[in-house]
Amino acid sequence: MTTESATATLSPSLGGKRRGVLDRVGDRALYLITLLAAIGSVVILGGLTYKVVDLASGAISNNGLGFITTSNWDPVHGQFGAAQFLYGTAVSSFGALLLATPLSIAIALFLTELAPRGTRTPIATLVELLAGIPSVILGLWGILVLAPLMQSTVEPALHSALGWIPVIGKLFAGEYSPVGLFPAMVILTIMTVPIVSSLTREIFTTVPPAAKEGALALGGTRWEMIKTVVLPYSRPGIVAAVMLGLGRAVGEAIAVSQVIGGAPSIGSSLFLPAQSAAGQIAAQYQGGTPDTQSALAYLAVILLVLSLVFTGVARLLVRAIQQRSEGRSQA
Amino acid sequence: MSQRANAHPLLAQTGNLRRRHAVNRVMEISAWTAALLAVAVLALVIASVAVKGAGEINIDFLTGNTSNFGAGGIGNAIVGSAIIVGIATLMAVPFGILVAIYTSEFAGQRSGFAIRYVLDILNGVPTIVTGIFVFGLIVVPQHKLSGFAGSLALAIVMLPLVARSCHEVLTLVPGSVKEAGLALGASRWRTTLSVTVPTALSGMVTGALLAVARAVGETAPLLLVTSVFADLVQTDPSQALPNIPVIIYRYSESPDPVKHAQAWGAALILILFVLVISIVARLLSARSRKRLGAVR
Repeated sequence: MTTESATATLSPSLGGKRRGVLDRVGDRALYLITLLAAIGSVVILGGLTYKVVDLASGAISNNGLGFITTSNWDPVHGQFGAAQFLYGTAVSSFGALLLATPLSIAIALFLTELAPRGTRTPIATLVELLAGIPSVILGLWGILVLAPLMQSTVEPALHSALGWIPVIGKLFAGEYSPVGLFPAMVILTIMTVPIVSSLTREIFTTVPPAAKEGALALGGTRWEMIKTVVLPYSRPGIVAAVMLGLGRAVGEAIAVSQVIGGAPSIGSSLFLPAQSAAGQIAAQYQGGTPDTQSALAYLAVILLVLSLVFTGVARLLVRAIQQRSEGRSQA
Repeated sequence: MSQRANAHPLLAQTGNLRRRHAVNRVMEISAWTAALLAVAVLALVIASVAVKGAGEINIDFLTGNTSNFGAGGIGNAIVGSAIIVGIATLMAVPFGILVAIYTSEFAGQRSGFAIRYVLDILNGVPTIVTGIFVFGLIVVPQHKLSGFAGSLALAIVMLPLVARSCHEVLTLVPGSVKEAGLALGASRWRTTLSVTVPTALSGMVTGALLAVARAVGETAPLLLVTSVFADLVQTDPSQALPNIPVIIYRYSESPDPVKHAQAWGAALILILFVLVISIVARLLSARSRKRLGAVR
C-alpha cells in the first residue's frame, strides 16, 4: 500500500512537460489495456451467468420451482424433476465435509503446532500435490481400486460397527455396493481436504503468538492451548474454509459421476447408488435432446448459485480476517 | 518422568493432571494420524497409477491411435490435449498477466478488491458449468464440437489462477525497486514492463505452470464440447480433438478390462506430466522468492 501511494506521488513530479509523447501515450495505453483485461474478467463471469440462465430458460419456465421438489426425470415425456440429483449432491457433499473438516483441522494443527520444523514444508507440499491430482484420475482410482474394497470390506465393517444404532444405523444398512453415495463421499473428502486444510493452516498462522504463549504459561497443555486460543480465534476462518470446500464438492462432476453409480434414486442407505446434479450433467448433457439439455442447464444454474454463494461468502470472511490481523499487527 | 514423580511427593501427578496429559496425547496422536493419512492417500493413488499403468507404456501405446476395439494407443489424444491446452495457455496467460498488472499496479484499494473478488468467484464456478457456458456460446451456433471450444473453456478455468498468482508476486516486488526505475526518469509503463514484471517473472511463470497443470487434467468441460472424435490424429482445432482426460473418463466407465489397463496407462502419462510441472513450478517459486528477498 505504501508503495502505491509513493509511486503515485512520485510520477507526476517526474513527468511534467519533459515527459515525451511516447511516455504519455504508453502510460495511458498500458493503463487502458490492463483496465480492459480486468473489466473483461468481470464480463466473463457476467456473460457466463447470463448464458447459462439463458440456456436454462426453457426448462425454468416449463418446470418452475417444482423442478427442485419433484423427482421424475423423464426426457421422453418431457418431464423433469431434479430432487433426486440435488439429494445426491447434498448428501455426498455434506457427508464429505463432515469427514473432511476434522481431518483438515487436524492436518492444519499438525502443520502449525506439532510437526518438527524441517518437515512442515515438505508435508504441506505433499498435501497440496494431492489437490493437484486430476479428478478424472481420482475417479478412475475410485472405481477400479476403492470400489471393490468398499463392497468387500469397508461397508460390511461400517454396518457391523454402526448399523445397530436406531436412526443413524439406517444409513449403514442395505446391500453393499461398489458404487454409491458413500464412495462418492470418500472421493470428495480426498478432494476437499487439501483445500480446507491449506486455508485453515493459513488462518492458524495468524493467531497472535502472545495469546498462545499466555495459555501455555498458565500451565495449559498444548491441546488446552489449542482448544482455548487457536480454535476460538480461528472459527470464522474455519467456517470460510469449509464453505470453500463445500463449493468445490457441490460442483465436482467427473470423479463423483465415476463412483456414485448413476442411479436416480433417493434411498435411506449411504451404500446405495445415487446420482448428483453435476454428475447428471456430465453423464447426460452430451447427446441429450434440447429439452434435456435445457433441464441440465437448469441444474447448472442451481450449481452456479450454490458456488457463487459459498465462494462469495467465504472470500468475504477471509478478507475480514485478513483485515483483522493486519489491524492487529499495526496496532 | 514417572519415576521422578514417584520419588518426590510434590512432583506427583494428580489424577486430573494425568487425565489432561492423556487428552493432550490423544489429540496430538490424532493430528499426526490425519497428516499421515493424507500423505498415505497421495502415495496410494500415485502408486496404484504407477503400478497399473507402467505395464501399458510402450512406443505403440504412446504413438498409436485410440481404438474402439481391443488395444490401441493414445498418441492422437496426446496431440489433441497438447493443442487444446496450448491454445488455452496462449489465451489465459497474457490475459491473466494484464489483469494482474491492473490489480497490482493501477487499481485503487476498492476496485482492486472487486476485481480479485470476481476472479475468486470465477475460480469457484464449477468447471462443468463453464463447459455448459462454452457449449452455448460456441458449440450451439456452430452446430459442431470443437477443440477450440475446449481451449476456451480451459482458458476460463486458467484465467483466475494465472491472474491471482501473478498478482501475488507482483505485489511482492519491493517499492524501492519500482521507485528506482521512476527515479531514473523512466515513465510508469516502462518501469512496469522493464523493471517490475522482469523482477517478478519467475514467480509469474510458476503461476502459469500451475494453471497448466490444473487445465491439462480438467475433464468436465471437455466432456461437453470436444468428446466425440475420430480415432485419428487430428490437429485442426475447429474440429473435435481427441484428448487424454476424456479418454480416461470413457475407458474407466467401460466394462472391458483391456480399456481399464489403457486408462491406467493414460492416467500415468497425465499424472507424470502434472507432477513434473507442479514440482518445477515450486522450485521456480522458491528461487523467485529468494531473488525477491535478495532485492529487498
